[in-house]
Amino acid sequence: MSAAPAAPSAAPDSPLPPGTSAPRGSLLRRTAGRYRRGAPGRPRAVGYLYIAPALVLYAVFLLFPLGQTAWLSLLHWDGLTAATWAGGANYRALLTDPSLRGPFLHALALLFFYAVLPVVLGLLLASALSRFRVRGMTFFRTVLFLPQVLAMVVVGVAWRSVLGADGLLNDVLRTVGLGSLARSWLGDYTWALPAVGTVGTWVETGLCVVLFLAGVQRIPRELYEAARMDGAGPLREFFAVTLPALRAETAVALTLTIVAGLRNFDLIYITTSGGPGNATSVPAYEVYHRAFETNEVGSAAAMGIGLTVLIFVLTVSVARLVEGRER
Amino acid sequence: MTGRLERSVTYGILALFAVISLTPVIGILSTAFGRQSSLDTGFALPDGLNWANFADAWTRGHFGSYLTNSVLVAVVVVTATTVLAVLAAYAFGVMRFPGSNLLFYLFVLGLTLPQEALVVPLYFDLRYWQLTDTYWALILPQTAQSLAFGVFWMRTYFRGSPRSVIEAARIDGASSWTTLWRVLVPMGRPALSTMVVIVFMWTWNEFLMALVMVSDEAHRTVPLGLAFFQGQHSSDTALLAAASVMIALPVVVVYVALQRRFIEGMLTGAVKE
Repeated sequence: MSAAPAAPSAAPDSPLPPGTSAPRGSLLRRTAGRYRRGAPGRPRAVGYLYIAPALVLYAVFLLFPLGQTAWLSLLHWDGLTAATWAGGANYRALLTDPSLRGPFLHALALLFFYAVLPVVLGLLLASALSRFRVRGMTFFRTVLFLPQVLAMVVVGVAWRSVLGADGLLNDVLRTVGLGSLARSWLGDYTWALPAVGTVGTWVETGLCVVLFLAGVQRIPRELYEAARMDGAGPLREFFAVTLPALRAETAVALTLTIVAGLRNFDLIYITTSGGPGNATSVPAYEVYHRAFETNEVGSAAAMGIGLTVLIFVLTVSVARLVEGRER
Repeated sequence: MTGRLERSVTYGILALFAVISLTPVIGILSTAFGRQSSLDTGFALPDGLNWANFADAWTRGHFGSYLTNSVLVAVVVVTATTVLAVLAAYAFGVMRFPGSNLLFYLFVLGLTLPQEALVVPLYFDLRYWQLTDTYWALILPQTAQSLAFGVFWMRTYFRGSPRSVIEAARIDGASSWTTLWRVLVPMGRPALSTMVVIVFMWTWNEFLMALVMVSDEAHRTVPLGLAFFQGQHSSDTALLAAASVMIALPVVVVYVALQRRFIEGMLTGAVKE
């Protein structure tokens, strides 16, 4: 990334446009005309005009609410009566109150299903496919990626019927003589969380496979041939050639799946609503639940900030981890 | 050596993954086309195509009006995002001005920011401005959130567009405005269409914003309609399935037609420089 060379003497007078009104074509054209004759490398104030409409909308409906969430997280507020100052109390509660700490622990457990399992499965499948050209790849790619484009609401409805008491999974279990294992998976205190996690694995695995397949196809065939000449089996080939070559794809896959796994409000709302008890409550669901159902707005806001911090910490760690190994 | 056995095992594993991917989808389809009385949520092949469930979802489930709302919101959000993101990304991509990096990183911030960190104050703000239960409450926040991806994605395109084309247009006396709309936007149709399909899909599938912002039936979008329908008639599986098919169909059709663009856009969205 090259920093723009600052040329203070060339800065035009008052570069900031009146940012609130959407610029019309004529206004832009006039302003553009005024600065057009500048030297090529010169800072161009008209840039601010092009950015202004997007920035205003983005600031009012994203940056400003983000700041408000941070502010709300420092208050005790029920959404109706006057708020009182809470200081760090809501954040302390995140660490000490089991009903607030629980959702974060559930989310971390779900990341095994949402991120770790899909990445491992994707790597294994992609490396199996790296050993020769597969016919019908477009078909497989389209099918495997399909869960990614379905609305999570639809995914939830579909999986509720698979995991229900009379659902497909229990039918299969009864058919193969394991009927004693059949249960209402989403209503079981022990099994609800892994069941929701399995849906996550189903959604994210296709994404990982497609990502790794694209990466595998970019690995020079000669590397595999060389490895085979040295007598490397499939296992050595995987650890010596495939895995190092897919480092960047692994980072992208982990980032995408971690973010998706922590933003999983829709699925939880449709399948379990955090139940039974609060066995499957996650921060994304708890923010909604506290803010709009139990009127603990300050606590909900602290949870939202906590979730944001968790996402940033995890995605930055993934990036660091990959860069670190590169050196 | 890649033996015959290894080949068949690999194809077998691929086929297994494909079957697992499709099973819940086929389950929904078979239920949607099945008879309404059948309580079996499992895997019974329907006797012929039964369109009655769709008609029922359309009228009794009010999915006709929900679809209209969804189309309206998606069209406005996609159009607004496209225009605003192209303008901003053009400046970030080809112009130099103080603070451009900082402003750009503000937009990139939105790529990983969870909605859960915004939705609570957004609700109180929009209620204060008397915009809840209007289309604006769905359109404005979703456009803002889509801008993060739109600006990021289109900036990559503008950065990659050949300098010589821009210089040639400038020498021909074209203003920056003309260069953008007459030269760079027509050249960037592939990048633009990727952004359009991704933003369309996100808006069409959006649930949390709709759930929080809309409480009256008149402004419900299809995902919200499905959730409410499930809450009220959870035993009416045929109707739920038919509604699910109607929600998924528009996105799936576009996806099958333009799968490369979908996959490209969704996989690159998180790749930072």
